[in-house]
Amino acid sequence: MNRETCRHLLDSLSDYVDGTLDDTLCVELEHHLESCENCRIVVDTLRRTIYLYQVTAQPPTVPDDVRQRLYQRLDLGDYLEHK
Amino acid sequence: MNSDKQSSEDFSLEALRAGDKNEFARLVEAYSGVIYRLAIKMLENPQDAEDVLQETFIKAYRNLPGFDGRSSLSTWLYRIATNEALMLIRRRKHITVSIDEPLETDEQEQIPLQVTDWCCLPEEELMSTEAREYMDRAIDDLPYTLRVVFLLRDIEGLSTREAADVLELSEAAVKTRLSRARLRLRELLSEYYRERLQSQNAAKGEKPQ
Repeated sequence: MNRETCRHLLDSLSDYVDGTLDDTLCVELEHHLESCENCRIVVDTLRRTIYLYQVTAQPPTVPDDVRQRLYQRLDLGDYLEHK
Repeated sequence: MNSDKQSSEDFSLEALRAGDKNEFARLVEAYSGVIYRLAIKMLENPQDAEDVLQETFIKAYRNLPGFDGRSSLSTWLYRIATNEALMLIRRRKHITVSIDEPLETDEQEQIPLQVTDWCCLPEEELMSTEAREYMDRAIDDLPYTLRVVFLLRDIEGLSTREAADVLELSEAAVKTRLSRARLRLRELLSEYYRERLQSQNAAKGEKPQ
């Protein structure tokens, strides 16, 4: 990752994996990726990193005791059973 | 992620502004899970996360009569929660942290140094209990300003526009911070998985890559 082009394209990688990179830069990056194995690995492992965080994310639930204290604090004790 | 989100249009703003308890209870039920998950990841501490959860909805209830509806309800709740978390961090660390402060040294560009291709590791290795703990620590290692952007965009599934709205930053700033956060996490995970790959190869009697 020491080459000038790699450095120049580094800030584009995040948009690239999101599919939101503008067309000109996207063409330039894909052209570069054809010949630069290091950048290809960075893109692949960047995608994999995001994927791993997303699939291992905890479900958005509140533990029962925390939920109970929240409802009591909000004076919503009557609604606790409507889970 | 996106499937967790409930549309703000599912709620009656009129009832919420009027202090309707029934409607407010529905709002709490719909959003307490995502707010708690965000707070846990931001603060690394269940007690602090619970405080943020409670304060978020107390402030929401208090301020709903003046809620102008310019942001969606979820964006507004996330904004209250991130501000609460930031205040807790300031209090705990006795330092000044501001989400809109300019990029600092530790937020600077992450030049990739690790170029091991670990994508081929089996999923049970990538998602082992040990790997997950390492992933959590990697998030904790991010400076707050990067961590919060990563959590809102990649874990909570907010769009760039929504995250910018929550944090009152420009979309360009959100993109830059997300890029730095992701590259930093990739670097940290690569260090870990490179070792896993090496020990796997060593076990097979092959030379490490």
